[in-house]
Amino acid sequence: MRGGDVVIAGIGHTAYGKLPGRSTVSLNVEACRGALADAGVDKDVVDAVWAKVPTSRLEFLYGTKVAEALGVHPAVGGVLDLGGASVIAMISYTALAIQAGMCEVALITSADNPRSGTRAAYDKAYGDDAPYGWFGIAPGYALIARRHMAEYGTTEEQLGAIAVACRRHGDANPAAQLRKPITLADYGQSPLLVDPLRRDDCALVSDGAAAVLVTSAHRARELGIRDVVPVLGFGQGHTAWDVSQREALTATAAGDSARRAFGMAGIRPAHVDVAQLYDCFTITALMTLEEYGLCPRGEGGPFVADGNVELGGSLPLNTSGGLLSETGMPGMQMVLEGVRQLRGESSSQVDGAGVCVVSGQGGVMHTHATLVLGG
Amino acid sequence: MSTLPAPVIDDVNRPFWDGLDAGTLLYQHCVNGHRWLPARTHCPHCLSDEVEWAPASGRAVLVSWVVYRHAFDASFAERLPYNVALVELREGPRLLTNVVGADGERPLAADMPLRLAIQREGDVSLARFRPE
Repeated sequence: MRGGDVVIAGIGHTAYGKLPGRSTVSLNVEACRGALADAGVDKDVVDAVWAKVPTSRLEFLYGTKVAEALGVHPAVGGVLDLGGASVIAMISYTALAIQAGMCEVALITSADNPRSGTRAAYDKAYGDDAPYGWFGIAPGYALIARRHMAEYGTTEEQLGAIAVACRRHGDANPAAQLRKPITLADYGQSPLLVDPLRRDDCALVSDGAAAVLVTSAHRARELGIRDVVPVLGFGQGHTAWDVSQREALTATAAGDSARRAFGMAGIRPAHVDVAQLYDCFTITALMTLEEYGLCPRGEGGPFVADGNVELGGSLPLNTSGGLLSETGMPGMQMVLEGVRQLRGESSSQVDGAGVCVVSGQGGVMHTHATLVLGG
Repeated sequence: MSTLPAPVIDDVNRPFWDGLDAGTLLYQHCVNGHRWLPARTHCPHCLSDEVEWAPASGRAVLVSWVVYRHAFDASFAERLPYNVALVELREGPRLLTNVVGADGERPLAADMPLRLAIQREGDVSLARFRPE
């Protein structure tokens, strides 16, 4: 894959928050309609449709249902389930399919409705350890956070600095679900959910959808689409071991994913102007900074506490608010924000942003995908 | 105390639960010397299906732990706050458990030594640990 040959040519999303009475298929259609309108093209040019399987309710042949609702008969399509790494992985596979000549113009979409629908998927027993009280997703991350604290001296206040930054950026975003900036003191008053994580360390629970239109740079020119954002590189890395089985809790495959993506893009960490790093929990974003080489390993805590990740800092993070403030949806919103940064349209715009890295991850730091977008 | 959710016991993991009932924590190993928990049909390292059970010494260290302040499952509401811990057996395998008997004098700390303390809860024997 040669970086820049494939572009994101349109973005769309629904409102974020509580959207009762809407199916995920309906939400996906609204987001895709938005992406088509943003690109200024008719749906008849679309010949590929990919959808992330909704976490809150698994449905058989879900990609076909979305394609039917869109009235598109795809040459390529389906669903992918890599949790929050799915959307970047689908963009990657689409880029390869475009370069292989399998399709030309793809809609890639993600919707979920755990806020109005069921959130059972997030609270269920995780693994076979229910008799010990091992339930939910957050505790797996809390287990990792505690070990990070033990190994590197990371503090709750340092995790809080990520929440403060994301809530500040979310407050500036008119589309964000939670527009309520907090101080570190507010963070410290947030109730402990599963010690050491507080409510304000955790992603929002959100209904909504977001979609991108992906095509080749050549086809975008043919279709007269302006303001495209080149895909410079992508990568993945997955840890097969469950949390309880990993040799080291504080090492994930995120670094491998980033090295692959940065290598394809021909960039180094120092070239990254702005980052949208998956923040399902504060510890996730902090460890991703380290794994990506955006700060030294073990120094994520001091790095974020020094204000580097706020707008005006050396590496503004999650400039639309991330999962902590914009919407808790698993990741597509962060790709959209990467596109807005490179178009110069963000509500927390980084001056002269030329390279944006986006991360996605799923499970409990099991799956990881990286996307490098250029200006 | 409310009844704990029962473990899902099948032909693969039954020796593990039977072992705890008999007072022994068992782990699996293959003919090539790999060791692991939870129970599997094949060694995840070399894919051997010549799998055997061996008794653990009961000595372990605390890798990490969390304290639930919110009951993700109603059956644990009366037990809040409670800990779930990740421990590494001296023999190598890791498992999730609860640490009992920690207090102000012996607070939970990363890498602290632990010893097996099998406890009966209703019809099930659980492999809990207490500070050494």
